[in-house]
Amino acid sequence: MTGPFGVYIHIPFCRHRCDYCAFATWTDRDHLIDDYLDALRLDIERAALAPVSSVFIGGGTPTRVPADDLAKVLAAVPLSPGAEVTVECNPDDVTTAMMQTYAAAGVNRISLGVQSMVPSVLAALGRTHVPANVERAVAAIREAGIATFNVDIIYGGSGESLDDWQATLQGVLALRPPHVSAYALTIEPGTPLAEDPSRHPDDDDLADKYELADDLLAAAGLANYEVSNWAAPGHECRHNVLYWQQGNYLGFGSAAHSHLDGHRWWNVRTPERYLDAVRAGESTEAAGETLDDETRRLEGLQLALRMSDGVPAEALDADELDGLVVTDGQRVRLTRRGRLLANEVSHRLR
Amino acid sequence: MDLSRIRNFSIIAHIDHGKSTLSDRILELTNAVDARDMRSQYLDTMDLERERGITIKAQNVRVDWKGYTLHLIDTPGHVDFGYEVSRSLAACEGVVLVVDAAQGIEAQTLANCYLAMEHDLEIVAALNKIDLPAADPDRYAMEIETVLGIRAEDILRISAKTGEGVDKLLDAICQRIPAPKGDPDAPLQALIFDSQYDQYRGVVSSVRVMNGRLTTGADLLFMQAGTRQEAIEIGVRRPVPTPVPELGPGEVGYLIAGIKEVGHARSGETVTTFVHGATTALHGYRDPKPMVFCGLFPIDGDDFETLRESLEKLRLNDASISYAPESSGALGFGFRCGFLGLLHMEIVKERLEREFNLALIATAPSVEYRVRKTNGEVVFVDNPADLPPTQNIDYIEEPFFRVSIITPKDYTGTLMDLCQTRRGELSKLEYLSPERVELHYQIPLAEVVVDFFDQMKSRTQGYASLDYELSGYQRSQLVRVDLLLNGQPADAFSTIVHRDKAFAYGNRMCEKLKELIPRQMFDVPIQAAIGGKVIARETVKAKRKDVLAKCYGGDITRKRKLLEKQKEGKKRMKSIGRVEVPGDVFISALKLDD
Repeated sequence: MTGPFGVYIHIPFCRHRCDYCAFATWTDRDHLIDDYLDALRLDIERAALAPVSSVFIGGGTPTRVPADDLAKVLAAVPLSPGAEVTVECNPDDVTTAMMQTYAAAGVNRISLGVQSMVPSVLAALGRTHVPANVERAVAAIREAGIATFNVDIIYGGSGESLDDWQATLQGVLALRPPHVSAYALTIEPGTPLAEDPSRHPDDDDLADKYELADDLLAAAGLANYEVSNWAAPGHECRHNVLYWQQGNYLGFGSAAHSHLDGHRWWNVRTPERYLDAVRAGESTEAAGETLDDETRRLEGLQLALRMSDGVPAEALDADELDGLVVTDGQRVRLTRRGRLLANEVSHRLR
Repeated sequence: MDLSRIRNFSIIAHIDHGKSTLSDRILELTNAVDARDMRSQYLDTMDLERERGITIKAQNVRVDWKGYTLHLIDTPGHVDFGYEVSRSLAACEGVVLVVDAAQGIEAQTLANCYLAMEHDLEIVAALNKIDLPAADPDRYAMEIETVLGIRAEDILRISAKTGEGVDKLLDAICQRIPAPKGDPDAPLQALIFDSQYDQYRGVVSSVRVMNGRLTTGADLLFMQAGTRQEAIEIGVRRPVPTPVPELGPGEVGYLIAGIKEVGHARSGETVTTFVHGATTALHGYRDPKPMVFCGLFPIDGDDFETLRESLEKLRLNDASISYAPESSGALGFGFRCGFLGLLHMEIVKERLEREFNLALIATAPSVEYRVRKTNGEVVFVDNPADLPPTQNIDYIEEPFFRVSIITPKDYTGTLMDLCQTRRGELSKLEYLSPERVELHYQIPLAEVVVDFFDQMKSRTQGYASLDYELSGYQRSQLVRVDLLLNGQPADAFSTIVHRDKAFAYGNRMCEKLKELIPRQMFDVPIQAAIGGKVIARETVKAKRKDVLAKCYGGDITRKRKLLEKQKEGKKRMKSIGRVEVPGDVFISALKLDD
């Protein structure tokens, strides 16, 4: 296998379910944690991986499981020199000891699920942490010598004013993060939030907040490199870039997605079924798809369009897209307005 | 066949009063259809009919009961299709009036009963749904006696659902409805009362033989059309089509004569033999005239030919649709189509889209205006875009309906209010019984076609019922309201409205269109104007965000599919100028009223 290769590990356990969340995660299955981690290790070992260039441990809440046990899972993954290893953390759970355990296991990037720095907005999102925990978590990351970190924030929660959002951005920037992911609150079908239209965000409000975020983040030296991602130079998330470049990766754990050369598949959704499959030595795959060349090409363009490098000029019909794209003759790139209307622009890819 | 043992009848009933269920029960009881094979509501064959719970095309079926041959001729149940009722009645000697024992008689049923009386048909009345807890058969029997003069004691009480009393109803049909008359040795006179197009057999006509014999292989003359045809197959529906060698006087069945289009075997046509045929045609009836017109344009201009072919095919089966090519600056090439009413229009549009896989945009519906120009010339205008310049118009006349509404008396006020806002003039108010009132109004057709029916239903919890007929043209103060999208006149969306209502109409349309037109990449002003003067304006603000925030490993497939779906959705939008407009925007705008 040549080129970058990634591994995604899914930890489907949470203390509490946020009401906008549609991920495969459970709050009532902590008794499965030990068995699940064992199964992950077994599953990874059986894959007999060549050294990988990036690992991303996400969830759910990876910090919901003991750090030592997570380290053992990670130990099953062979890493190539300089590999990027990220763990998603809930700020409430982060301690210096935990970060030290992670660092010793090879983790060199933390992604903190901060969401907001305004207590009323956090409450409205169904989150429990307090902003002070975020500062403590960042201090712990630094103390453990973990090289870089990301802060995840969400805008568009019910009752969040533009001032609230500005407070969140400023609170986050005060932590001097090398990377920020700022997401518009998205209504996922089947979530409690989806059932309550009165709390659905307004697109104009989201656009205002996006522009404010872009202004403040850029002013702090974080450049936008994908629709919802900003980073200091050299701190872009290599694992996510791999996704966006249609690279190859294997996903382990329930509901994890994998992709190899145009074939994509995803695992069974519940931890029980994943456990059973691994124990029985059976495939953990639930379903998959194989892209034909044209679909794959177009999908590649759709993903590339979202990134700062854009797409080859000939791949986009740029008529009637004034103000949404710029071109240097070779590549076409989205402007800020264009990033907000990326779907509309995508329809003109060819 | 012995004429004295034949009974021909239709069932007259309001929608939901149980006609289809009764038909089912009759088929079962007479062993025409095995209970095992019973498809609920056997006679409603078109998918749309089943979905909407209404009968659109008349059907007929032959059953046997205690030595009698009964022909049940079904009638449609929506006011738009009222004309088909008179066709069916012409083939009968009697009708079964079915009235919901919990609701009483409705306006359209009453109108159809009067029609039956005009035809001198015997009426066998039955109160249905007596199994319902809310049934009050005594009360509604008295009402029928008051309104129609049928003695309450002669009114049967049945439950089509449980089957109770249906056998007695069949007995009553045999006893009370007269046998048909006719001379088997006279020259052939057969009446076509319905024609349907079958993709394999061509036109299949429902016929009632009045005199003479219709025999397989006969050399036939269609008297009105003046065409010569061969009787390729003659049969009866039991309800499975069953060929027979001949049909004699009083018999009802079907005729296949190698005809390609229902317009060539129209209802009301008299069929005789080419040699030694009858010299006079039967008393026919006028074909229904389209009352509501709109433009239908393919969203994809390349589909114009497909639309033409599809309309041709639909017309094979529905001679009441009219269409002519039309071109619009805003919408390109399409067809100006005429319909019996708004429901008919919606059904046709839906059938075109569903059966022929077309995406269509319908323009605002219009009635046919009579315009007297200053030079004395009179022109008919069913497309507002064709209205002559104001300075050339002397005056405009519009069609009026004579409308009758039957309602529980408590709703009289709200209905009078509705008719008032629709420019109606009350001509009579009468009590049918202490509880129920019949209102008679003159209302401009344009005010009735749009959503009068829905409004009436919603104001009366569904209790009021409606019947109407054209009563002629009257002068009105009418103006044309034009719509501009993004500064461009959208000619296809011009509408003729009363001067006093133009301002409110313009405002309302702008507001509705603002809701219905999705946000675009740029601001879209929507303006209403009369003669170049803008009277209302709204703006669809430019869309600012549509991007999906997250797109990680697990989202990629989902995101690609969403983009594909959005792109597919765009194909159901019509570009007017640069503005993308949903295909049903005008029907929706008119329906969202109030």
